[in-house]
Amino acid sequence: MVRLVRNLKELYKYRVLIQNLVSRELKARYRGTVLGFLWSFFNPLLLMIVYTLVFGLILKGGRGGEFGDSSTLYAVFLFTGLLPWTWFSSSALESANVLMIHGNLIKKILFPAEILPIVTVLSNLIHFSFGLPILLLFLIVFGKGLTLFALLLPVVVLVQMVFSLGLGFLISSLTVHFRDIKDILANLLTLWFFATPIIYPLTFDSLQKSSFLRTLLNLNPMTHIIEGYHSCLFYGTIFHWKRLGVTFLIGLVLFYFGYSVFDRLRDSFPEEV
Amino acid sequence: MAAVELDHVTRVYQKYSSRHRFQTFKSAMVRGNLFGSLKANELVTALSDISLQVEKGETFGLIGENGSGKSTLLKIIAGIAKPTSGRVKVAGKISALIELGAGFHPEISGRENVFINGIMLGLSKKEIGRKFDEIVRFAELEEFIDAPVKTYSSGMYMRLGFSVAINVNPEILLIDEVLSVGDAAFVPKCLDKIDDFRRRQKTIVFVSHDLDTVKKICDRVAWIKDGRIRMLGEPKRTVDAYLQDIAAKQEEDFQEQQVEVDIRQPFEEGRRENRWGKREVEIRKVTLRGLGGEEKHVFHPEEGLIIELEIAAACPVEDFVFGIGVFNSLGTACYGTNTNLEDLEPKLFAGEGKAVCRIERLNLINGTYYLDVAVHKRDGYPYDYHQNLYSFLVSSAAYKDVGVARLPHTWEFSPGITFGPPDKKTP
Repeated sequence: MVRLVRNLKELYKYRVLIQNLVSRELKARYRGTVLGFLWSFFNPLLLMIVYTLVFGLILKGGRGGEFGDSSTLYAVFLFTGLLPWTWFSSSALESANVLMIHGNLIKKILFPAEILPIVTVLSNLIHFSFGLPILLLFLIVFGKGLTLFALLLPVVVLVQMVFSLGLGFLISSLTVHFRDIKDILANLLTLWFFATPIIYPLTFDSLQKSSFLRTLLNLNPMTHIIEGYHSCLFYGTIFHWKRLGVTFLIGLVLFYFGYSVFDRLRDSFPEEV
Repeated sequence: MAAVELDHVTRVYQKYSSRHRFQTFKSAMVRGNLFGSLKANELVTALSDISLQVEKGETFGLIGENGSGKSTLLKIIAGIAKPTSGRVKVAGKISALIELGAGFHPEISGRENVFINGIMLGLSKKEIGRKFDEIVRFAELEEFIDAPVKTYSSGMYMRLGFSVAINVNPEILLIDEVLSVGDAAFVPKCLDKIDDFRRRQKTIVFVSHDLDTVKKICDRVAWIKDGRIRMLGEPKRTVDAYLQDIAAKQEEDFQEQQVEVDIRQPFEEGRRENRWGKREVEIRKVTLRGLGGEEKHVFHPEEGLIIELEIAAACPVEDFVFGIGVFNSLGTACYGTNTNLEDLEPKLFAGEGKAVCRIERLNLINGTYYLDVAVHKRDGYPYDYHQNLYSFLVSSAAYKDVGVARLPHTWEFSPGITFGPPDKKTP
């Protein structure tokens, strides 16, 4: 624990570097595209349109009774969950590769490797925040409007960030030794996506009927994070304090565990990446 | 005061078997021993028990063959790799030129890369801003600095990398063989910059295969062999010892790869590959020796060579000529002679004997040479002709002249013509 705190303090010295690497990541990602950083919100927007087409128009019954006949309301609900999920899943997927992609830095420059998963999570956070104004606009125009509880958004973002960082450390360091994780993860994230109330609300009929499914969903930390977004943005209410609090604690434990694994494997990186 | 101090540093690399590499996360979890399964099953010692001190302001050279551990040593000094045991003490800011432009991102411009690379190497944004023009000017990239780095040629890439690294203005500069990729115009510029560092009493640790430069710029040189310091001291002596060791190793390698020529095979009608003649007079054995009589195959260009033929005549002959021919790897005849050309009148040869050709000085340039030896009649009828069956190597790192033969020469100049500072470099 002492070591963790000391290392994190050390990292503070690298904040300028982290900042620059994040902006480099953002610049490089859409370099050469016509729309540039606009893709940061076009991507979730297009994804939302796809899901709205499927569940809003084709599988109308599949989206739960809550939205009545309103496809637009459902679309806004979807977008509220999709945007943070994209942040989470991209961070996890990119973390799996990040040490290998930047192997040169680890091998040839004196460079604290944990910066790399941090930069991954942060640059995806920036993408997330690019999409946020669109989401807020949608919520006001097509949704139920915004309430003051929207101001609680940073709390949910913080919980998700801690959770993502912890997972990022764990995934990035383990993938160096077990390359299979990358493939496992891609599939696992699909499953995880459907096991999180993003395309359906927690009030969905079959969830209400089956306590088994509800327990399963409640064991998923992402459920409570996404529900946090739903509460303070879509429904305009306070989020479930206790559940989000427990999720935060889980996030902290994961952060500590992930970082410890990372730290322990650190010396093997220059040879293995 | 020591700028770099290594105290009994040992570095052991873990070598994982292929079985391990393809092991899955799952199988590690099933065995319930994640870290245990990450233990190596084979260890490779890259450095063993290295102790040395580099004084402040000293230029310290590291030489050795590929894989001897030089780069590992440099990485340990830089802090990129950790020693398995032993202590490393470094006093002062380090900049390591291990791979130039290692942190460059291909998609973004040279300008942005300079900033990020500079920050990675420990400069603040302000400092880079101040030095930016100097960095770009030194790299000669004024026109291209706003183009993405992926459009750069490898030379431009390297120049920018060097320019950033050198402008970090460290107290200790580590250089690993990076100058070998530069073009003819840029390398002297880099060397100038390094000279500048030396004048300002900065510490430099220099790894290079360019032994001339090592001799020229280093104050002390360590020769690393198989992860140990084989010799440490005055540059010329250390480099020479290293060269001798290389020559010995070359000799060994050369003998190993020398195709064992089985010249004891009996004569068969029609066989003409590399050896022909009816062997009324037979060359039984050919030995190459140095002038001292020792058997060898690797020679210095200024060294002498003895070709010794062991011959036997089935019945006494009165018409015989001994000849030799030296060919280079392109097949060019470099030299050929025989006893007839030198007006030696054959009288009688019976039984067994030796014919020895003594060449006082080879005067050949570096390369592999093939030898023809023959005994034939004066009209050319071959008794026994060995074509290209023997070879030897002429090798010297100090000689770089080109052509076929090394003509003995010296240079003289009138007093108006002067050459650079008289340095330790051998003529």
